[in-house]
Amino acid sequence: MIIERRWKKWVYFYIPMTVFVIGTLFPFYWMFITAIRPDAELYRSWRAANNAPFWTFHPTLEHVRDLLEKTSFPYWIWNTFFIAVVSTMVSLFCGLLAGYALARLKFPMAGTLGTSIFVTYLVPPTLLFIPLADIIRSFQLGDTPWALILTYPTFLIPFCTWLLLGYFKTIAKELEECARIDGATRFGAMIRIIFPIAVPGILSAGIFAFTLSWNEFIYALVFLSSPEKKTVPVGVVSELIRGDIYFWGQLMAGALLGSVPVALVYSFFVEYSVTGLTGSVKG
Amino acid sequence: MAQVMLKDLNKKYDEVHAVKDVNLHIRDKEFVVLVGPSGCGKSTTLRMVAGLEEITGGEIHIGDRMVNDLPPKDRDIAMVFQNYALYPHMTVYDNMAFGLKMRKFPKNEIEQRVRDAAQLLGIQELLKRKPRQLSGGQRQRVAVGRAIVRHPQVFLFDEPLSNLDAKLRVQMRVELKRLHDRLETTAIYVTHDQVEAMTLGDRVVVMKDGWIQQVGEPMELYSRPANKFVAGFIGSPAMNFVDVTINDAGGSITAETQGLRLTVPPAKAATLRAYKGQGVTLGVRPEDVHVATAADPAPYSFDTTVDVVEPLGSEILLDVRAGSATLVARVEPTVRVKVHESVRLAVNADRLHFFDVKNEHAI
Repeated sequence: MIIERRWKKWVYFYIPMTVFVIGTLFPFYWMFITAIRPDAELYRSWRAANNAPFWTFHPTLEHVRDLLEKTSFPYWIWNTFFIAVVSTMVSLFCGLLAGYALARLKFPMAGTLGTSIFVTYLVPPTLLFIPLADIIRSFQLGDTPWALILTYPTFLIPFCTWLLLGYFKTIAKELEECARIDGATRFGAMIRIIFPIAVPGILSAGIFAFTLSWNEFIYALVFLSSPEKKTVPVGVVSELIRGDIYFWGQLMAGALLGSVPVALVYSFFVEYSVTGLTGSVKG
Repeated sequence: MAQVMLKDLNKKYDEVHAVKDVNLHIRDKEFVVLVGPSGCGKSTTLRMVAGLEEITGGEIHIGDRMVNDLPPKDRDIAMVFQNYALYPHMTVYDNMAFGLKMRKFPKNEIEQRVRDAAQLLGIQELLKRKPRQLSGGQRQRVAVGRAIVRHPQVFLFDEPLSNLDAKLRVQMRVELKRLHDRLETTAIYVTHDQVEAMTLGDRVVVMKDGWIQQVGEPMELYSRPANKFVAGFIGSPAMNFVDVTINDAGGSITAETQGLRLTVPPAKAATLRAYKGQGVTLGVRPEDVHVATAADPAPYSFDTTVDVVEPLGSEILLDVRAGSATLVARVEPTVRVKVHESVRLAVNADRLHFFDVKNEHAI
């Protein structure tokens, strides 16, 4: 049917879409409006006559300034960034090689191994941090970035491997066979032919790995204790909530600034990451 | 330029014995086609020559080297794949130059060779494009071009035309043949299409279930098939097979079934006499059956009823029944018959084939 009734389009498309968009974006709006709202408005009684919870007439950058000057927030950003980048690179490297091997090389139990790698991804960090804490303590890595750089790959490598394994399988195997006949070694064919074609998949694995480690909370909470060593998610929560006092303005400013890099990375690579997840390369 | 020798070649996967004792000598500059139904081992054989599959048993020689343990890149071969396998992230030029770059050819020679090949194939204008901007036929040419720039000892083709539409396939077939005449390089070509096999091959190798059934020049396979499988596989429409009993009717040997009685031509009578009283399979090609005229001798003609009439323009295919036997006849387009009518047909006596019922070998 070509001509749909107009109300159907509203009921099945526009209205659900609007609800969904508002539901998704409202927390960000709330975060933003709280970050720029002066304290006087923030801590005003809900029932006050001039209360306007959804907007403000006196926007201020005071919370952001406090966050940057009075807390260790710049350290947190740097720590998070450093840890996320290094652990993403390590995981991507391992995931690329493992994913390629599982997708292409013929060896016994390859399929089972692929599945079991994914299963390890499903072990919840809330269980895994107990044995990992023991290991970190034995190596005396507690309260250093290396504690996280070593533990994040425990879930990032399975994730990257699995995603890239799927992507490599969509690339015709004749391509590298042809490259091998053309004069490349297996490794050469992988580097020169398969990896360049897999760039969308590699990018999306990288983006997701970066986001996962940027947002990671449990391990960061357990393994880091000094205020200036913390990452953004942990630092914001542990340093800006003192006892039962919530520094809402700074909290939200911290959350806002903390999500900016991730948002930037996403928007930059969004097209790649979509094709990466949907796969398929056609000659 | 080199000959290729396959000696007792075998390939076993876990449970499947894909290629069985293949022995084949491909002469220098020869164009050999491996043909057979899917799963017959033809592609596996080709991939073993390429070095893409490990060899379970036997030897492969290219030129005067045994290549069993050489990686693909050291075998000096080029291969064209069914899906062309063009590198999607490279331009046509880079696709064609890749093999030469890997072999560290000087830049000006690479350029020269790519331009020459592009000119030969008429794809000079496409050199800067990416594969995704090309049509199926153009991709095919690029894939062939990528193979020929290397001047390899042997070309391997793995069903290169099967992704093209029918018209383009015929056109590329002619071009490939012309190209081979010009380049004079040994070529091994795999296809499941017997027409391609017959038209392209200097010699054709028919395979089934991992065994070579017959090796021969195209017309030899057509006129003297070694067994029932080859007889049925080569030629279109396929050869008619009728189960008959051999009888000795007062000196002349006859092949009979209910409603059909043909005299065995004298050339074959001697050998078939040994089958007296036994069943054999009679094979006759549709093009060797025609509408009987007064000139046709009675022992080679018989009455039939028409089941289906398929006019093709240049000819008419008649599906007919003769007693319990069903046959397809390829008759002149001028023949006027209707369904359910009876028509008297005759066979070309010297083109009758007989096959043993048990081992299916030609008698």
